Amino acid sequence: MEILSSAIAILMRWEVLVALLVGSIGGVVIGAVPGVGAAVAIAILLPATFAMEPIVGLTLLLGIYGSSMYGGAIPAILINTPGTAVNALTTYDGYPIARDGNPKRALSLAYSASFFAGIFSIICLILLAQVLAKIAPHFGSREIFLAALLGIVLVVLAHRGKVFAAGMMACFGIFLNTVGLEPVKYTRRFTFDQTWLASGIDLIVVVLGLFALSQAFLLLVDKDTHPEPTKVDGGLFGGMKELWIYKRVATVGSSFGVLMGMIPGVGEFTSQFMSYTYAQKTSKTPEMFGKGAPEGLVAAETANNAVPGAAMIPLLALGIPGEALTAMMLSVFYVHNVIPGPQLFADQMPFVIALYIGLLLLNILVLIFLVFSTNQILRVIRIPTRFLGVMILTLAFVGLYSLRNSMTDCIIGAVFGVFGLILKRLDWPSVPIILGMVLGGIMEVKLRSSMARIKGPLDFIDRPIAAIIFAAIVLVIGLHVWTYFRQPKKSGEDPAGSQG
Amino acid sequence: MAGKSGLEIFFQRERRPGDLVFAVVFLLFSIFLVSQLGEQAVWAKRTKLFAQPAFWPTVSLVGMLFFSFLHFLGSVVSPKTPGRGTEVIFWFRSLEYAVWFLLYVWIVPRFGYLGSTILFTVILTYRTGYRARNMFFGAATIGLGIVVIFKSLLQVKIPAGQVYEYLPDGIRNFMLLYL
Repeated sequence: MEILSSAIAILMRWEVLVALLVGSIGGVVIGAVPGVGAAVAIAILLPATFAMEPIVGLTLLLGIYGSSMYGGAIPAILINTPGTAVNALTTYDGYPIARDGNPKRALSLAYSASFFAGIFSIICLILLAQVLAKIAPHFGSREIFLAALLGIVLVVLAHRGKVFAAGMMACFGIFLNTVGLEPVKYTRRFTFDQTWLASGIDLIVVVLGLFALSQAFLLLVDKDTHPEPTKVDGGLFGGMKELWIYKRVATVGSSFGVLMGMIPGVGEFTSQFMSYTYAQKTSKTPEMFGKGAPEGLVAAETANNAVPGAAMIPLLALGIPGEALTAMMLSVFYVHNVIPGPQLFADQMPFVIALYIGLLLLNILVLIFLVFSTNQILRVIRIPTRFLGVMILTLAFVGLYSLRNSMTDCIIGAVFGVFGLILKRLDWPSVPIILGMVLGGIMEVKLRSSMARIKGPLDFIDRPIAAIIFAAIVLVIGLHVWTYFRQPKKSGEDPAGSQG
Repeated sequence: MAGKSGLEIFFQRERRPGDLVFAVVFLLFSIFLVSQLGEQAVWAKRTKLFAQPAFWPTVSLVGMLFFSFLHFLGSVVSPKTPGRGTEVIFWFRSLEYAVWFLLYVWIVPRFGYLGSTILFTVILTYRTGYRARNMFFGAATIGLGIVVIFKSLLQVKIPAGQVYEYLPDGIRNFMLLYL
């Protein structure tokens, strides 16, 4: 009870509440604009949050992260274009429902499903927080190293059909992290005698290049489009009642979201895929999926909205980000010398609980905002795409230049912007680069410190948690290799698209 | 499966135009970096393997080489998709906007954040093909909004413009601090 009151005291300050309001409403609007998305917004705002207190900065970023998917459902349903990449599955059933004359029903159901999943995930996390506080101190250097390695393995293997590209990018990210002065012996690594490379390549610069600049370049070079969503008439309160009919799908979808969100490197896409497959397989009308099945819409929206809360778990408990957005948030912690990991749960439980209550309030705020402002948000969707590109480019400057007022940072950012554009066009993943950079650094430090106390190779996994994580790594790689070699032989067909 | 080699069975996939070009470039880049390992990273004496400064660069570059080779193999054996030239031109067209962006970065410390931003948004709006007056007005207004939010309110670190030095005293201080 004491922890709870301390957490509420942390939250009930005007700066935090303003950050929550701006983050949640801003996130919905940003999510609703196809071509922007939470990653771009967080990348741009990140340097600005460095001047704020950790709870204020994190609340703002969490607000954007948690609410962008709500907003992303709007264009997915009304114009068949997902606002954020993770809303792609929402188009499958959301758009057909809207096209058949029921946009209000589709939106209302999507909002209700998202709200249910958001609340579900937070309840799970609050319950799990106590358990994690007990388990987290058992994570030493080797366990954190293995968990980071598991994260890398999972983020590579999660990109089915693009595993080799994802592997390349993850290794590239690990390499980028090694550039500059090495922290123990202070020797230079891959600096090519250039002084500007001696301090290494900044994660934020790479993030802004890969997410914000690349998106701006893409919108500016590509054809200009003017989306024209239809107006939604009537109230949006009916979704909750309809959601009750699909409570089983909503609960299972949210559970997948929580589970997948907690595992580093997996995230929304896998949880949605599993949730949607489950909903289709257990449906009485599986033939309706993709043609306007409300269960499909519920499955997609619950699975992706349960992830943001859950993704904070590995970040807070182990200091290991599960995906690009939490990797960006990690830098907010580092800047303020708050080190996420086992000690955070032991020493700063009110801070952790405050974040979860913040997430809870965020979901309520977003739902209220959406119910009353959907038609106003439609105006934002109408912004022509090239004009949007101009605005993203202007905003990206703030993020890049305010870091160190360095032209070099901006040049590196621009190079990564072009690189990111090529990755987007080729449909290669860029998230493994970010995770490689963050997890690579963690792995280097933790492996070095853990090996100092180890005599033989088996000593490394002689503790239960280390052994379990190691077994998980072996299992996921083994399963992947097994399915990879089995698939072509079993199907006897063209395995195109199943590479890796 | 008839008529397909083992390589095709296991490495074939859907690929987009330009995939082979980028696969080759990335493979060559990986080979170049691996070739620099001896020069650019140190193997220290009397230091354990895992504590070697060159250990992680070696691990990451070997990984890059391994995966880029497999990806290259996949690109070679996968069916060709037309449009490679057009795609590569598309990539190069993005360089124009990278240059615009760097020009903007260059002029901010000279002309000041406010003036440069409004100029940048308006010129780029014109360059991207818009001619309607309301678009230019919108671009200038959003530019002003960005400056007010980030520089005036959030006080992000962006240097004041050199031209502000020529302004009268009262206005100069205000401009130096807030715009």
